[in-house]
Amino acid sequence: MAMTATIGQALADPHHLGRALEHPGPAPKRIVTGFGFWIFLLSDIVMFSCFFASYAVLLDQTADGPKGSEIFDQKSVALETVFLLLSSFTCGLAGIAADVRNRLWFYAAMAVTCVLGLAFLSIEFREFADLVGRGYGPSRSAFLTAFFTLVGCHGLHVSAGILWLLTMVAQVFAKGFRADILRRMMCFALFWHALDIIWVAVFSVVYLLGSAP
Amino acid sequence: MSELHDLLEPGDVAPGDESEHSVRIRVLGYVVGLGLALLLTATSFFIAGTSLVWQPSIPVAIIVLAIAQMGVHLVFFLHITTGPDNANNVLALAFGLLIVFLVVGGSVWIMSNLNQNMPAMDQIMQMQTRG
Repeated sequence: MAMTATIGQALADPHHLGRALEHPGPAPKRIVTGFGFWIFLLSDIVMFSCFFASYAVLLDQTADGPKGSEIFDQKSVALETVFLLLSSFTCGLAGIAADVRNRLWFYAAMAVTCVLGLAFLSIEFREFADLVGRGYGPSRSAFLTAFFTLVGCHGLHVSAGILWLLTMVAQVFAKGFRADILRRMMCFALFWHALDIIWVAVFSVVYLLGSAP
Repeated sequence: MSELHDLLEPGDVAPGDESEHSVRIRVLGYVVGLGLALLLTATSFFIAGTSLVWQPSIPVAIIVLAIAQMGVHLVFFLHITTGPDNANNVLALAFGLLIVFLVVGGSVWIMSNLNQNMPAMDQIMQMQTRG
């Protein structure tokens, strides 16, 4: 009898912190969902790290094609960076508005986020179209292949993010701030912020380091 | 009982969620994060094009600034903190970073080693014509 009581205590307080509690049960759904999505985002970042590694390895393999310093336009990259950073900020505001269930601010912040994201995408698309038009497409050299894969993959993520943004607005419009909708909104905000973190690495490694002569 | 439970056991918090609930403070956090991120971005772009500093220090400075800005994003936008309620999120992040450094660092290391010990054919030809 005394034996089972000791085992019970050890199970309830395995690290002897002196605060044995009865079984606390599973974590709330919001925490489980958020943590699971966080794991997905980290695996996404690991995938991007492979593209970064191939870019770093293939940086000098230009096959007599253009080098980074000849094709990168720092002004448009700076503009893209500012747009994405501001959209990350407004996305955070949209998350706060959703938490306090303020529809007006939620729609406004999501609309601004969407416009800034589209502005980012249009600049990137123009850059790609310009490069391909000059004959510097992804098939020109290994360096350009790595460049288009890395930056294009980020652009695809942003495009998917904008589609997700629109469905979030539609869901809030149709169903209101229900608990499951708020969980999806939390995941969307995490996704959008993570894209901005990856962009920080992209503009630093690809555009700033890559444009060194 | 539930209050006592909260007091004794901080529990967990989802990534992206914050502990405090005042809207003013939460917005202020995002404003501070935005300001810091803009400052670091501007410094990066300025350093990349300047001739004011010793040139070999520029790549190092850009990488340090990028890591600092990612830290700012993690703390102010994703709310990954060092608090006990964030232990799970930080551990997952640490494991992700381990993989990222293994992949990037390992690739760069191995490929530069190969380039040194097994030069590509055109480089061998260059060496032969020079010799």
